[in-house]
Formats: sequence, C-alpha cells, structure tokens
Amino acid sequence: MKLLFTQLRAELAVIARNGEQLLVVIGIPTVLLVFFSNIDVLPTNGQNAIDFLLPGIIALAVMSTAMVSLGIATGFERSYSVLKRLGATPLGTSRLVLAKSLAVGVVEVAQCAVLIVIGLLLGLDTTLTSWGQGLIALILGTLAFAGLGLLMAGTLKAEVNLAAQNGVYVLFVLFGGIIIPLESLPNPIRIAGSVIPSGALADVLRQAFTGSGSHPQLSWIILCLWAVVAPLLAARWFRWQ
Amino acid sequence: MDLSGQPAVSVEDLVVNYGNICAVDGVSFAAYSGEVTTVLGSNGAGKTSTIEVCEGFRRATKGRVRVLGLDPRIGRKELNSRMGVMLQDGGVYPSARVAEVVRHYCTLYGKSVKPDELLAQVGLSDLPNRTWRRLSGGEQQRLSLALALAARPEVAFLDEPTSGVDVNGRDTIRKIIRRLAADGCAVVVATHELDEAERIADKVVIFDKGRIVADGSLDELRSGRDEIRFRSLSVFDLAALSRHLGADVQRVHADEYLVTGTADAQRLAAFSQWMADASANILDLRAGQQRLEDVFRRLTSGVQP
Repeated sequence: MKLLFTQLRAELAVIARNGEQLLVVIGIPTVLLVFFSNIDVLPTNGQNAIDFLLPGIIALAVMSTAMVSLGIATGFERSYSVLKRLGATPLGTSRLVLAKSLAVGVVEVAQCAVLIVIGLLLGLDTTLTSWGQGLIALILGTLAFAGLGLLMAGTLKAEVNLAAQNGVYVLFVLFGGIIIPLESLPNPIRIAGSVIPSGALADVLRQAFTGSGSHPQLSWIILCLWAVVAPLLAARWFRWQ
Repeated sequence: MDLSGQPAVSVEDLVVNYGNICAVDGVSFAAYSGEVTTVLGSNGAGKTSTIEVCEGFRRATKGRVRVLGLDPRIGRKELNSRMGVMLQDGGVYPSARVAEVVRHYCTLYGKSVKPDELLAQVGLSDLPNRTWRRLSGGEQQRLSLALALAARPEVAFLDEPTSGVDVNGRDTIRKIIRRLAADGCAVVVATHELDEAERIADKVVIFDKGRIVADGSLDELRSGRDEIRFRSLSVFDLAALSRHLGADVQRVHADEYLVTGTADAQRLAAFSQWMADASANILDLRAGQQRLEDVFRRLTSGVQP
C-alpha cells in the first residue's frame, strides 16, 4: 500500500504541476458550463439550460481527465522513458496502473464536486437525479476514455499522440451532444455522434440526472461496449517503450 | 541467495531477433560481484539489447540469462528490488524536482537509503529544487545514477554513465562505480567510451555486429600486443629504422608511426638513439601495452566506437 500511495502522490503532483492539464480538466469544463448556461444560444428544446448542460459537461470532464490528461501524460512518460524506469523498481505494473487509475478517480471526484456545486448554484434540478446510475455511467465512461487515451499514448509518438488526443477531444465535444444537442445536428453526424463514447456517456448521464436521455438503453449498450473494447485494445497494443 | 563462486550475471548463447534482423547472435559472458564489467561496442553492436534482456525489459529469442540466479522475466519482481538501473535517457519527468525524484525512488525501493546522503554522494545537494529539464547533461546523469543507487543494488546495469559529463563529474561517477564494486555489487557498464572503460573496468566484453569478439581483463586483452607509438614531423628512412630495431615500423597516419613488438627499455633506448642520430624529432611518444582503443579497432575491423 505504501508504494501505491507513494506513486499516487507522484501522479497527482504531476497533474497539479502541469498548468495545461489543470486547464483541460477543471478550467475548460467550468468555463463552458458557466458560459453556456448564462447565454441563451443553445437549442435545448425548452429544457433549463443547466439541466441540459451539466450532464454533458460532466461527460466532457471525464473525457478531459481519463482520455486527454491521462493519455498525454502517459505518452510523454513513455517518450521520456519514465515508465521504463519505474518498471525496474519494486512498484510493478499493476500498482503503476492502479495508481494512475486512482489519480484519474481523485481528479474526477474533484471535477464532479466543482461542476455539481456550480450546477446547483445555477439552478440545477435534482429531483429526478439517479446518483447510482450517474456513478455507474462515470465508471464506464472513465474505462472507455482511459482505454482510448492509453491506446493512443501507447502506440503513437509523444507529439503525434498530443495532436491526436486534442483532435479526438474536439471531435467528441462537437459531435457527442455535449454542448449542442444531437437532435440539432444533421442526420449522419447525429448517427455518428450517438455511437461515439462521448455521445453515449452524455446521453446516459442526461438520463441519470434529469431523465431526459434521447435513447438511454441504446446509449448504455454503446457505452458498455466502449468500456470493454477500448481497454482491451489498449492492453493489446500498448507499448511501454 | 548465496552467489559465492557463481556469476551475478550469466548470459549463455543469447539470441535477440527483431523480426528478420538478428541484433544479438549467440553471445555468452558472465559478470561477477565486486567487479566492474564493461560492455563495449559501437552503436547497433547488440550491447543495449543484451543489457535490456538482463534487466528484464526485453524477451530473449533464444538462450539463457540469469541475474542473481533469477530469470529476469520470471523473477522480475524480486530482481527489481535488488537491481539498480541507470537508463541512458534518464527516465525522469522533465518537471520533476531533484530531491523529490530521489525521495520517490528511495521510498519505492524501501532500502532505508537516505535521500539527502544520496544527493550528497552524487554531488547534487545544492540543487534539490531544480527540475530535471533545468539540469545540465552531467547533472542529469548523476541524478540518474542516484536513482540506481537508491536500490542499494547487488547488481547494477549502467548505460553510458559518463556520457555528456564534464571532467569533474566523471571523477565523481567513477568513484561511485568503484565504490559500488568495492561494496560487493556486480556493476555492468555499457559504454562506447573506450577511455572510460579503460579507467574503470575490471573486465571488458567487446561486442561487434551482435557477437562478442573479446572477453577478459584489460591486461588479458592487451597482453602480447606491446608497441611503441610516436609522432614525428621529420622525414626519415622507415626501412632503416625497422632494420635497426628488428621490428615492423608502419606509418599509421600522416605524422604518426607504430613500432610493433616488445616495448622494453632496450628497444626504447635503441629507438631514441636512432632518431637522434637521424636528427628526427619526436613530438609524442607512447610505449607499452596497446591502448584499449587499438585493441577495439583491431577486433572490430576498424569500426570507430
């Protein structure tokens, strides 16, 4: 346990020290939530903007932490041989992976706390919220995005990985119904958006928070598939050095 | 585990292939506790692949490798707590601070090594808060060495430990390596710096094109290869000098000459006298066993390390 917590502390220190990571995991989701809930520009079909936005922004926050932040950091650690060096200590692979997972979990708890408090201050209605469903969705989303992030981190050069993570992030935000409802997008994009993990996670989180998911059963299935397939692909293709 | 009489590192008929490319082609050698074994070779000679198999980072295609009596892949968990590793490219996050990294690795190894003492040992006590990216090349090498020492290792694999290090830093690193060996550690140093190997090695293993072309102590590798090597800008009769000394004399570079054979006092005296009689100047003179560099050139078909 001592080794695990030592490594967890080191992982959190790296996140805390990297300003760009803090911007991605806390800054961007908070700004988007506050901005779009106060500017009436989104086609939310009469739904309270914060009720529509918060689940999507939480999905974005999970994507920021589990995919972009973890993926970019791991890509550079691989490039700098940090993973290789740690692999020659008594830490072991399983504790290293667990420490990284816990670090992601700690950051996500902080993100959700900040975003939900802001949501409540902005009038979020929680009377229909199923916190249990929300938690399961977050865990599945984390698995899916961490799998994708590590798949890119473990197969691409650090600089290419950096570009790929950010590129995929933007696509997932735009086409995943996170800010703009999927129903407002052209048909082919709507279909694509509903099968990508951000679309599925945003939809099941909307169902969990406000009972307003578009097709929650299908989204649960899609999210479960991503949560299984992405980590398996990462485990298959990830190269430590 | 009692290794008395047994090598700390034993490599037998090791083969490492990358697809159709054979990087290591059936090499065998051993490294013993209390000794510094230097693995020499040009880039691509196979030394790093061999060391990585010993460290457990890479799988052998064929052959048998034992480190402290353990298979590096199967016994990796135990080996990782007894082995010190210094990577050529550090393995430290650029934003990590010196003292923080050392503390972290001391905790991971759990050998009660005091971080402050370790920093003092590698001469980085004055830079505890400096980040890795702000360290000079030599300071990075010393920090990387400190991480290997945090293991209080029984066997240490050091990859190019003095590469990019200034003269004073090299002295520090050499002393640490010698002290490690004196404390009973089997130290395996991979390098292409022949001068460095000559200064620290008890035993030298020379790789060339995936094979071992020499394995022995410095004296063993250089024995029977005495020479007189000198530089002169004068014009003189090589054949006459050769006849006078009773030895082969060659011009090896523009102003550099080589007399092969014994390099004892009589021959040196005869050589000096002849040069004086011929009014030929001597700019530089070296007599005795061949330098490791010459041994290396001879064994690796003139490939520059």
